[in-house]
Amino acid sequence: MATIGIAFGNSTTSFATIKDGKVDVIANPDGERFISSTLSYVDGDEYHGQQALAQVIRSPRSTIVNFRDFIGVPFEEINSEYSKYAAHPIELNGKVGYEINGNKISVNEVVKRHLKQIKNAAEDYLGQEIESVVLTVPTNFNEIQKCELIKISNDAGLKVKQLINEPTSALLAHLSNKNQLLEDKIYVVADFGGIRSDAAVVSVRGGIMTLLSTEHSNKLGGIELDEALIDFFASDFQKKFKADAKKTEKSYSKLSAASNITKKTLSNIQTANVSVDSLAEGFDYMSSINRLRFELVGRKVFSEMTQFVENVVKKAGLETLDIDSVLLVGGTSNIPKVANTLSLIFPESTEIFAPAIDSKLPNPNELNCRGAAIQASLIANFDDEEIKESLQPIIINTEHLQVPIGIKDLDGNFLTILSKETAYPIKKQISFESNSDNVEIEFYEGKRSIKETVVEPEQYSDEEEDSEEEEPEIIREVEYLPGTLLAKMSLNGVGSGKNVDVIIQIDREGKMHLTGRSGDVVVKGEITQA
Amino acid sequence: MSFTAVASYTAAAKRPIEPVGQYFLAHATRTLKGHTWSEFEKIEAEKNVVSVEEKDADEELFDEEINDPELLAHDPKDWKTCDLYAALGLSKLRVKATPSQIVKAHRKAVLQHHPDKKSSKGGSLDQDGFFKIIQKAFETLMDPAKRKQFDSVDDNADVAVPTGKITNNAEFYAAWGPVFESEARFSNKQPVPSLGDDNSTREEVELFYKFWNNFDSWRTFEWLDEDVPDDTSNRDHKRYIEKKNNNARKKKKTDDNKRLSDLVKRVQAEDPRIKKFKEDEKAEKARKKWEREAGARAAEEAAKAKAEAEAKAKAEAEAAAKNDKEAAKKAKEAAKNAKKKNKRAIRNSAKDNGYFGDEDKAAIIDLDLDALIDSFDDVKLGEVASKLKDVTGDDAKKVLNEVAAESKLSLKYFV
Ligand SMILES: Nc1ncnc2c1ncn2[C@@H]1O[C@H](COP(=O)(O)OP(=O)(O)O)[C@@H](O)[C@H]1O
Ligand SMILES: [Mg+2]
Repeated sequence: MATIGIAFGNSTTSFATIKDGKVDVIANPDGERFISSTLSYVDGDEYHGQQALAQVIRSPRSTIVNFRDFIGVPFEEINSEYSKYAAHPIELNGKVGYEINGNKISVNEVVKRHLKQIKNAAEDYLGQEIESVVLTVPTNFNEIQKCELIKISNDAGLKVKQLINEPTSALLAHLSNKNQLLEDKIYVVADFGGIRSDAAVVSVRGGIMTLLSTEHSNKLGGIELDEALIDFFASDFQKKFKADAKKTEKSYSKLSAASNITKKTLSNIQTANVSVDSLAEGFDYMSSINRLRFELVGRKVFSEMTQFVENVVKKAGLETLDIDSVLLVGGTSNIPKVANTLSLIFPESTEIFAPAIDSKLPNPNELNCRGAAIQASLIANFDDEEIKESLQPIIINTEHLQVPIGIKDLDGNFLTILSKETAYPIKKQISFESNSDNVEIEFYEGKRSIKETVVEPEQYSDEEEDSEEEEPEIIREVEYLPGTLLAKMSLNGVGSGKNVDVIIQIDREGKMHLTGRSGDVVVKGEITQA
Repeated sequence: MSFTAVASYTAAAKRPIEPVGQYFLAHATRTLKGHTWSEFEKIEAEKNVVSVEEKDADEELFDEEINDPELLAHDPKDWKTCDLYAALGLSKLRVKATPSQIVKAHRKAVLQHHPDKKSSKGGSLDQDGFFKIIQKAFETLMDPAKRKQFDSVDDNADVAVPTGKITNNAEFYAAWGPVFESEARFSNKQPVPSLGDDNSTREEVELFYKFWNNFDSWRTFEWLDEDVPDDTSNRDHKRYIEKKNNNARKKKKTDDNKRLSDLVKRVQAEDPRIKKFKEDEKAEKARKKWEREAGARAAEEAAKAKAEAEAKAKAEAEAAAKNDKEAAKKAKEAAKNAKKKNKRAIRNSAKDNGYFGDEDKAAIIDLDLDALIDSFDDVKLGEVASKLKDVTGDDAKKVLNEVAAESKLSLKYFV
């Protein structure tokens, strides 16, 4: 009996388990780790994954794609644009369904069959029965959608232990992998998928994660890059053969599949070929494209991605300067250009986690299921009642500090002890060495300020022809200065060069307990919340 | 040793934390350990949470607060007469509220009015009454049949029928449009055509009245039934009340149908577009008639024009003819004068030249000249006269001799 984590996406589904303390992303019998979320019904057989996706060209109306976001949504509210070249959604009792070879099938049934296939693949791989799962969902899945998904998954024989948010799952995977859960940081988690993109600003405080803002788009994703490539190849084809590769659905789908492969290849190497037999009007198409050209072809999409990330930061009431790290997630985040353009809007001090920048990182498309697997193993021994109890609003809804709290250090700088957005109750301690007999400790709220440093441009040798006078660069950084003085304490007779501990504790009621301690010398006091 | 508190720290914000990872589980375990919460604490925990997802679109449609004192003080025993939508904060949505909106609104109302919360704030216990109404409202509105009954008599959803004088078209649409939009809720057939405005076509307006004159309403009046006693001992009384209720429902239904039909008739009579369509029709008729008569009018005009033209042409022709005649006459006279002049010139040519020294033969010469002149046609006259014009003496004689030779007349003097 095993527990797995599943990331069920519109484009792909992946799943992982914990084996010998390590996360193991599972492949299906065809060796795919990113299983296409596609079902196809041809000649009485059910195809799944890549095999099903391959049927789009021959049997588009029998092949169901991009259905996850239809769960629990009334038919009139869905956007069926991304099913144009596959089975078309129809209304079935107000909800979404499909008519496949004359039979009507509800989207719930489609999801159920998909999850059953996933279950079978996982059991095949693990050689044991799957008992329960943790599933990831976008942060904007509503209660109805979540209830439906749980119901369907249970029906498929995958008992849902917990639904968790995609960005936090990805971040959990990343931080666990790097062993950085306890580093207080503000993250942007940007997930660029197939037909949608999602981003979240997440604060990580004492290992607890809180969403500060989210952003979603159904008009931004890998498919837009596929389309840009399709247009590019189609106009080349037109030039060469005077034939329209986009005229029939079949030729469009052929070119689409080929463009998708080319796009993925370009994430790894500089030049990729594209080749389609009998693309249109009997002409074969063969060509190649390099990465630079692709980046040019897709530049609109890349700049929208940057805009998208800027939006989520703004929504959190922050500037890109306030972001410590960016974690890229999703299939489209494999593209080097995504990481490269994003790095331009953040200061150099912001770390960007993407395979293009650090090749040792796991595939960004695995992060969601990796986090789910970690969570699944953490709660494996919890029973349903315990999980339900832990998810009560009274546990989840927590007060968060809105300004950092700390002390003035010996040089007069603000030293953060509790960062902004720390959830309480919390207790945190720092230590320093005294430099006099009596120690004065002043507790402050930190005041955000922007520090500007002017960096003179490097002098280039005058080999460069028209090297113009370089402007000096101004580097902006967020720093916190001592703001409102909250409390003072003095520890007498400590002795110079002694260790001093400062402890701040906030209890459930919001009362802040301050302690200064050095050996036997202890001073305590408390302050209240405004 | 000393501690001085100087200021309070900035107020915190309540946010949901992400229930994942070992540190969350530690937090949960810590919080749960040996702790039970009152209903009140649980409700408080759901309040004022800063959520990052876009504010629920539904929330915007709900009432901000449920705090109308009259509503809160409504006797729960009389809950049927209460505004059940307002009790859930749905006074803006009413019949349009979807079941999921009702569920959400109910949840919100419960958060605000749960008795646990009220008693903790020192409210009196009988404020439970309103909570009961909330629960009744929820039950009713979630049951489609019951909801239909309530919607049928929910006069808070009615729009007042205009009573004052309507002075212009815009006012007419503004006053009556909402009335029909509100009445539309009772229609079995959906969608219901709306009143429209000055830009509506005649077809649209006609369709509108056709629809409303044949209105098919689901309105029922069970909600206003008198309570049927459930005591079985007095069957007759029970049956009597039931019958009374049935009759009352029927009467109310008939009255309501009449009410609507009167309303439609009234509006139809006042509709400025109908007046306009009638006027248009009249104008159109007049125009058609005028058009029909246009043929005859045109023929008459053409005939008149033709006659005028003919008269004009005739006058012109006559004038031209007269001109021609005069010109001819003038030309003739001119020719005659020229002939006379030429004859005179020829005749005088001898005398003017002293008869060429043969004055004694003057009579013969004149006779010869007369014979010559007689033999000349007009052209020859002109020719000879012009030849003689610039010559004198013997030269003139020479000319005359030449002419005489040509003439082949037997002359006495000229040879
Ligand atoms: N190596 C790659 N390089 C570029 N794009 C990729 C790569 N792998 C997958 N993709 C693209 O990522 C998208 C799917 O992303 P995914 O995260 O699986 O979507 P979802 O989460 O919506 O199911 C597709 O458009 C696919 O073409
Ligand atoms: Mg995804």
